[in-house]
Amino acid sequence: MRSKSRSLLMRRVALHAALTPLAIIWLFPLWMMFVFSTMSDYGIFSPDIVLWPSTGFIENFQNLQADTDFLRAMFISITVAVIYTILSVMLTSMAGWALARYHFKGRSVVIAIILGTITLPFAVVVIPQFIMVAREFKLANTWVALIVPPLFNSLGVLFMRQAFSMMPTELFDAARVEGVKEWRIFLHIALPLARPTMAALSIILFLASWNNYLWPLLINSKPGMMTAPVALGTLIGLTKVSWGGIMAGAVLLTAPILFVFIFLQRHFISGITAGAVK
Amino acid sequence: MRVHNRIAYAFLAPYLLIFATFWLWPIISSFLISFQNTRVNPWRFAPSMNWGRLVSDPAFYNALYNTLIILVIQVPVMIALATVMAVLLNSPLLKARPLYRFAFFAPVVVGEVAYAAVFRLMFSADFGIINKIIGTVGFAPVSWFDNGTAAMALVIMAVTWRWAGYNAIIILAGLQSIPGDVYEAATLDRVGKVQQFFHITLPLLKPIILFCIVLSVIGTMQLFAEPFLITNRGGPGGATETLGLLLYRQGFTSLNFGYASAIAYTIAGLAVAISLLNLFFGREAK
Repeated sequence: MRSKSRSLLMRRVALHAALTPLAIIWLFPLWMMFVFSTMSDYGIFSPDIVLWPSTGFIENFQNLQADTDFLRAMFISITVAVIYTILSVMLTSMAGWALARYHFKGRSVVIAIILGTITLPFAVVVIPQFIMVAREFKLANTWVALIVPPLFNSLGVLFMRQAFSMMPTELFDAARVEGVKEWRIFLHIALPLARPTMAALSIILFLASWNNYLWPLLINSKPGMMTAPVALGTLIGLTKVSWGGIMAGAVLLTAPILFVFIFLQRHFISGITAGAVK
Repeated sequence: MRVHNRIAYAFLAPYLLIFATFWLWPIISSFLISFQNTRVNPWRFAPSMNWGRLVSDPAFYNALYNTLIILVIQVPVMIALATVMAVLLNSPLLKARPLYRFAFFAPVVVGEVAYAAVFRLMFSADFGIINKIIGTVGFAPVSWFDNGTAAMALVIMAVTWRWAGYNAIIILAGLQSIPGDVYEAATLDRVGKVQQFFHITLPLLKPIILFCIVLSVIGTMQLFAEPFLITNRGGPGGATETLGLLLYRQGFTSLNFGYASAIAYTIAGLAVAISLLNLFFGREAK
């Protein structure tokens, strides 16, 4: 018995000895992002190794705001992410409901479309999307251009469909017998029951919109209509730019999401694993 | 379930409308554009122009080569690392589990631009903290942005940092779906932990690991933000230029939509082919 507990202890020590350095390496860039955001440019480019935060965050943020209107860009990013999330949850729950609860002509075609597009890279549609939105609809540098084209989302539909199909049919049949209309059943019975799934999906969609880079970079490149990642991206690689300011921007982009992530980890994770594990 | 064509399509209509406008039509359109000369106004049908250029363009082969190098090195390293993370995180012996989970999963929520900025600063040749640390250990500093191989290694490290935790989350969920009594039986039969991993865990995880590989292949095929932002537009001298970056350059810097569409179709074709190949070999070996 004694040797058993000793080997258990050895295994525990080995486990932590393996994981701790890896965890430190993994946290290092995030920690340095924070540290850099509080250092003056003079400090960042000095030969010393600095691993501890200083007090220059506000000053760095002022430099960032002087380099690009970051507050405006943050406002655009937040607004776009909120509207996008609401619209996308609506679209995907309606579609998921139809696929979970009705037999209809062309059902297998719709399912094939959804499964087929999951593995299709965005690259294959980006050019015609750009031509259409920017040149034909003349919608470059607008809110619509940021919000509407990315609304198509296959994983969300699968996620919602799964939630609806796990609900007992009797629930809806009873309402039907009483003559309740289908859209009312969806709105008043099914949707409230799907709230946890919608919460998980909302978080994933918000994150996707908040971090989206390529499409906003292409379609909204005018100063004043750029999202926060795009605005920050324009500064990277400039020669006369405040790096402390860039890091302050990176922290402002990352910290709120990280904060939410700490408290809603479970939702994030169920959103990420939705496509993988059935 | 009930047969209700009208009601079902009423629920599906907004979704299908978005799909038709922003995916279906662009997929078809992209194919058609790739056969047009888009450098004249109006565009003219020129069936072999873009595809002909593609097969003889050294810039395309360079981007293809770089992308495949990243694919062959980065994806296996990351998936192996993610598996190790998941298995260790799943151990009942682990203390302070939330802390470790946070460390590995946090990069998943960090945006491309924010992390690109940090990596760029950390790996700066003269002032970067990485070279300072390398220096204190007694090695010569690495010029991460001027040396092609180092720049490639940097892109691979950055992508691995960003996505290993994402894959670990998926693999961990897979691990937790394996019933515990399988291991209990194995332990009773005095099968060692390492053997249990190779003979029970890995075979049961295989479909999930394949799923992760397919997702990673698709991601790598269109890799864009990292070489664009971290290694400064695919530098040095195109050493980290990827297919995604070439597409961006041709489409949105040179505004050569025809050629860019041919590149886009190549990316999609390769992604689908490699994914299918993976799934095929995954099934075969079972």
